[in-house]
Amino acid sequence: MLTAVPISWFLTLSAVLFALGVAGFLFRRNVITVFMSIELMLNAVNLSFITFSYHRQEVNGHLYAFFVMVVAAAEAAVGLAIILTIFKNRGTLNIDEIDSMKK
Amino acid sequence: MDVILFLVFAVIAVVCAINVVVQTHPISSAISLVGVMGSLAVLYLLLGAEFLAAAQVIVYAGAIMVLFVFVIMLLNAGAETRKGRSLLVQLLGVPLLVAFLGLMAYFVQRLYPQSTSVHFGGFTKGGAKEIGRALFTTYLLPFEVTSILILIAIVGAIVLARKEGD
Repeated sequence: MLTAVPISWFLTLSAVLFALGVAGFLFRRNVITVFMSIELMLNAVNLSFITFSYHRQEVNGHLYAFFVMVVAAAEAAVGLAIILTIFKNRGTLNIDEIDSMKK
Repeated sequence: MDVILFLVFAVIAVVCAINVVVQTHPISSAISLVGVMGSLAVLYLLLGAEFLAAAQVIVYAGAIMVLFVFVIMLLNAGAETRKGRSLLVQLLGVPLLVAFLGLMAYFVQRLYPQSTSVHFGGFTKGGAKEIGRALFTTYLLPFEVTSILILIAIVGAIVLARKEGD
């Protein structure tokens, strides 16, 4: 019976969450859901930063995770404002229909 | 005890993350993402990251997800229709993803073969005091640059969201 969690389990969980974020990013067609998948990937990376911080017994990884959180908050504010503007101008949230830069 | 705690919340996180990807309605995805973030906060506590666990609940599960839910409500986003997916994606998408995941898990298991074990209380330098000290000494310049970034984000969000011609 294990009494402590191996560090590779945390890293594998992080990999699983990251892969699910990639899947959402690639397969979904709704802009908001694609955006949420990006947040999922950022969370997975934060988990590995904190795990490595535990592994090395130093606080630096926590600082990186903190900055990732701050940048994610700024990104969410700007990204959702962009989504609002796109919806106002085009009336759709489907990323396949937002292709005016190709024409 | 630590193993049980880890397994319970890891399973919750993975199930919620799968739910984020497979749900067709954006509001269901958003609620599932809150579940992922909450269980990740518990895992952060297990790793000794007290400050980041609190920040995860307040900033991510609180502020950012409220923003998402608010935008979903404003745009009245409905369930997405599944159509127009190419044959290549349908055939290769999931197997490629599983292969990618398996490769990553294999490398992680090879690189860290049971070297360090995580038990609660094994890392005590994750409180607000130590984070604050590192933030205002070693990481002072990135911290100040971050404040400029947030200012730019605020201005950008206001410029994007205002009405045309004001």
